[in-house]
Amino acid sequence: MLAKEVKTGIHFINGDEACCEGAIAAGCRFFAGYPITPATEVAEAMSRRLPEIGGIYIQMEDEIASMAAILGASWGGVKSMTSTSGPGFSLMMENIGLGVCTETPCVVCNVQRAGPSTGLPTAVAQGDMMQARWGSHGHYEIIALAPSSPQEMFDFTIRAFNLSEYFRIPVLLMADEVVGHMNERVVIPREEEIEIINRRKPTVPREDYLPYEADPDGIAPMATCGEGYRVHVTGLTHDERGYPVMDAKTQEKMVSRLVGKIRNNRDKIISTKNLYLDDADVVVVSYGITARSAMQAVSNARKEGIKAGMVKLETVWPFPEELIRSLAPQTNAMIMAEINGGQMVLELERAACGACPVSLVSNFGGSILHPNLIANAISKMAKGKT
Amino acid sequence: MTTAKAQKSVPPHPMDSLLRTERIPHIWCPGCGIGTVFSAVLAAIKNTGWDPDDIAMVSGIGCTGRMAGYIRLDSFHTTHGRALPFATGLKLAKPETKIIVVSGDGDLFAIGGNHFIHAARRNMDITVVCVNNLNYGMTGGQQAPSTPLGAKTTTTVNGSPEEPFNFCNLAASCGATYVARWTAMQVRSLRSSIGEALHKRGFSFVEVVTPCPSSFGRRNRMGTALEMLKFYHGRSVIRSDIDPKDATMDIDREIVVGKFVDIERPTFMDHYERINRAKMPQWLSMHPDHQKTR
Repeated sequence: MLAKEVKTGIHFINGDEACCEGAIAAGCRFFAGYPITPATEVAEAMSRRLPEIGGIYIQMEDEIASMAAILGASWGGVKSMTSTSGPGFSLMMENIGLGVCTETPCVVCNVQRAGPSTGLPTAVAQGDMMQARWGSHGHYEIIALAPSSPQEMFDFTIRAFNLSEYFRIPVLLMADEVVGHMNERVVIPREEEIEIINRRKPTVPREDYLPYEADPDGIAPMATCGEGYRVHVTGLTHDERGYPVMDAKTQEKMVSRLVGKIRNNRDKIISTKNLYLDDADVVVVSYGITARSAMQAVSNARKEGIKAGMVKLETVWPFPEELIRSLAPQTNAMIMAEINGGQMVLELERAACGACPVSLVSNFGGSILHPNLIANAISKMAKGKT
Repeated sequence: MTTAKAQKSVPPHPMDSLLRTERIPHIWCPGCGIGTVFSAVLAAIKNTGWDPDDIAMVSGIGCTGRMAGYIRLDSFHTTHGRALPFATGLKLAKPETKIIVVSGDGDLFAIGGNHFIHAARRNMDITVVCVNNLNYGMTGGQQAPSTPLGAKTTTTVNGSPEEPFNFCNLAASCGATYVARWTAMQVRSLRSSIGEALHKRGFSFVEVVTPCPSSFGRRNRMGTALEMLKFYHGRSVIRSDIDPKDATMDIDREIVVGKFVDIERPTFMDHYERINRAKMPQWLSMHPDHQKTR
């Protein structure tokens, strides 16, 4: 008997393993990776699970190769994924750009650890958020999600595949060491309850197919290798035929569409969990493991009579700027809680646009933020304004 | 004037069915040897008689990398040095597709050197054709891992202080199942070697010593393109089946050409299937017939 593809049931597993099960449930059948703490367990789980269900696990010589291999596999028509942490994420950057430019669906899981450089390999951080945004060269838009629990590692990995297939873009799953390594209850639903989105396929005859001619929503149907469409795929600036054209006009047209397909579909991508926003004087914005500390702090503040609210970013990129822009004028203060020197807080400040004060609660990595730290900031901000 | 020239009807070329003719003229310099290698690749592909939909070309960056943009196959022009890992993913996702990687010496052996070593070690079922023009042509002629000791390039104006790789020896020692070298003048042998390489199961490698008259030739006073071609041909000695470490590649002494390796060895997929089937008798491979469409 072959192993089950979707392990329906209640499990007690860590976030990295949950990510693997989410990927398999989403239809991922190719994983290329390189061991790195704290993401190794994703690769280990994949190396056990993929052969069981007719998939391929390959350990590449480095993360550059891993990223290149998952792009190749995606063009072979197979959903593909890699996982890594900071140093490997840095090595993947160039080929993430190739994936963006060639509109190649795939998922990259970054279980973040403290940097810069080798940093603290076994300890938590959220220092790669801006690297996720624009770490590869050139201008582009990206989609990134931030899970806060093993359950969300499972759920968001599926969503990451669905978004990557729909929008034809590498989607980044920005996890962190604590979420990756903590064991919690993970409920895997029945296969038929899991929504799966697959890439759009061409419907026109071969001779009429233009690989990069987009539908009105900015997304082009994708013919893959061996389907008879004889696609040409290049990281050079290209036209609708996929052929390189070295001029500013083509560059403008191509990048506008690459950027536009994400910007213009923000409502389909952005997802937040909002708590007590109706009457909130102080709003805490957070994501990943830190959102759990923040949630605890907000609920403690409520118990003390402070009208605190919370926006948990489920997708971090694109940033929910419309939501923040509408909240800021009705709010006395906003707080960003994150494990880095202040990265997403810059987006929060930008979106709040001076309509309310914005402050940062953070450390540089190595440990999670204690809820008290965030609670103190909430009461300070609440006193300061009301 | 150029418009009138472009509008003049061009007689069909026997390889037109494999060319993206709308992309011609190509970007290669007059006298460049890449065109010769490209037509040998096309002829070898045509001779296989395989359905072109079942063949894909993957390339890296550089002059040779542009081949992928002219061939009418599924073709992938990837990042610098990364053609082989991209091709590895493509091959494993679509094992029934024949994959040919074409790239230059700099792409395959400098920035992509590590990938070459490991793709050969794993015996990925991929054919690699390396155009060795002894320098980085696309960027104007800089030192490459193939540049002969003492040769002039824009980054070694007094002569290169480094000894070059012997690519065939490297490929053989890393586990390639087929290794051959020719100069761009030996078209017939080249074509037949590429054909053999395509039919070979496993990692096959064909190196072509190719004139780059615009950059390498000009700086090293090697004369016209034709003179360069003749020079390499004149230095070449056919010594097939010798130990690859004796396959000297030295433009000042001799360029040993021929077929140096032609062996059988299980591929990555052979081992992957064997090992998994031993544990799981009903094991399904990645073959699309076994894939559930999700």
